[in-house]
Amino acid sequence: MASEDVFILGIRMTKFGKHKELDTVDLATEATLAALADGGVTMKDMDIIAAGNLMGGAMPIAQVIQKACGQTGIPAYNVSNACATGATALRVVGMSIKAGESDMGIAVGVEKLAGAGLLAGGSRKSDGKSWERSGRFGAVAGVDGRIGTETMPGVFAQIGMEYNHKYGGANFELFAEISRKNHSHSTLNPLAAYTKEMTLEQIMGDIMIAYPNTRPMCSANCDGAAAAVLVSGAKLRTLSQEQQRRAIKVSASILTSDPYEEACQVLPNVNTLTRAAAKQAYEQAGVGPEDLDLVELHDCFATAELVHYDNLMLCEEGNAVDFFKSGATWRTGSTPVNVSGGLQSKGHPIAATGIANVWEICHHLRGEAGPRQIEGAKVGLAHVIGLASACGVHILESNAA
Amino acid sequence: MPEPIPFVNYLVLGEDPHLVAHECKSCGARFFDRRNACAGCSGTEFQTVDVSTQGELRSFTIVAFAAPGIEVPFVSAIVDCGGTSVRANLVNVEPSPEHVKLGMPVKLTTFPIGKDEEGVEAINFGFEPAA
Repeated sequence: MASEDVFILGIRMTKFGKHKELDTVDLATEATLAALADGGVTMKDMDIIAAGNLMGGAMPIAQVIQKACGQTGIPAYNVSNACATGATALRVVGMSIKAGESDMGIAVGVEKLAGAGLLAGGSRKSDGKSWERSGRFGAVAGVDGRIGTETMPGVFAQIGMEYNHKYGGANFELFAEISRKNHSHSTLNPLAAYTKEMTLEQIMGDIMIAYPNTRPMCSANCDGAAAAVLVSGAKLRTLSQEQQRRAIKVSASILTSDPYEEACQVLPNVNTLTRAAAKQAYEQAGVGPEDLDLVELHDCFATAELVHYDNLMLCEEGNAVDFFKSGATWRTGSTPVNVSGGLQSKGHPIAATGIANVWEICHHLRGEAGPRQIEGAKVGLAHVIGLASACGVHILESNAA
Repeated sequence: MPEPIPFVNYLVLGEDPHLVAHECKSCGARFFDRRNACAGCSGTEFQTVDVSTQGELRSFTIVAFAAPGIEVPFVSAIVDCGGTSVRANLVNVEPSPEHVKLGMPVKLTTFPIGKDEEGVEAINFGFEPAA
């Protein structure tokens, strides 16, 4: 292993779901201590902490975690990057190690989101007694619902439908079938919020949220946390054989934002920045999509999963529908996607997601995934996207001989 | 009767209601919001241009769950108006996938959304199927 490489030494996610009795601090601490224990290290070994939490108000979550389980005076970075917050925290620690400022550090993401309901863009405003213009459009009332939709299920429905307009072949049933795959995968994941097999009829017949996304086709709002300990290659060499064997190489760590192009400020364009991140990640890691043994991608809605097959170049451009229909993305297929159950069933505690998907990949690369193990997995990719917009892609490789 | 007012600054009322955009003088990028600079080229000079009232439905969703006060279901649409993308509700159409088709031609329409206490009517825009 090269000295300048970065490795994941320890990583852990909590069970995702409703944790009525646990608050943000409880969940973050649980993930932090578990990740440290998994890596065989303690807070005293950390040179940096980066953490994110979006819904907990203005509290500096990194320092809150330190106060809960280890105040050692190290630099603490609080990060916020929508659904890519966890991936960003991971990258902050990785960059610090790459820069030679740290040998070891921890990244944490945590969210309390159970029962949060519909997440919207936020340009809402109650109708006043007399018309008064506000905001950058000079609108006299909230634009969400009056000039299209800003709700997440609606925005991502339009992203899927736009792909369908461009390339054809997708319909309600196809999107529902993608959801069926992920719900089926979730039955093997004890840490998923929902682990129920669902039939196509159940998925299509469930409550419609924003056509073509019904409720089970939307990511599940839930509570959860995830944490990862990163270490430099040089430092890893000084650790035990067992620690070295279980360490996972971060072959690529990429973050992009969306470049300007026509329409991107009308409907968020999640394609440009994901494709750019994937391209950079493959180059950095020196692997191609055909080398991936499994992928965890950001299926915040069933309609989103389809477009990311294409954006991550798992299939030829414009070919995502046929690619899915071939069965490639089922756990038995050539490129298993979201064997964790994905955000639709595993759940989506926003700031935790970008570390939890890396945990899922590491779990398989270490050969520790039990009944849902993808046999012989050596290389995996984790992808997240947050509006509007940040995309994180990590390519991970097994370090075992 | 007080004059009706447009729902947003980029809607122009009158005999031929239409949308206007801020067009970047150096790269031609178009925006509907108040601008400080261009997201495409960082230019700071803009001109106001009329946007075509005719378009093609590039994407849509039928929203069944929305914020309080918003009538559901409604169709949210992305319309390509001669190369300028516009977000709007699709109106005067049954909100069902049988009636809303990707690629269908649509045209701009306006409608009142209510009056304030001084009797001023606000007029919003949407798109409807083009005959």
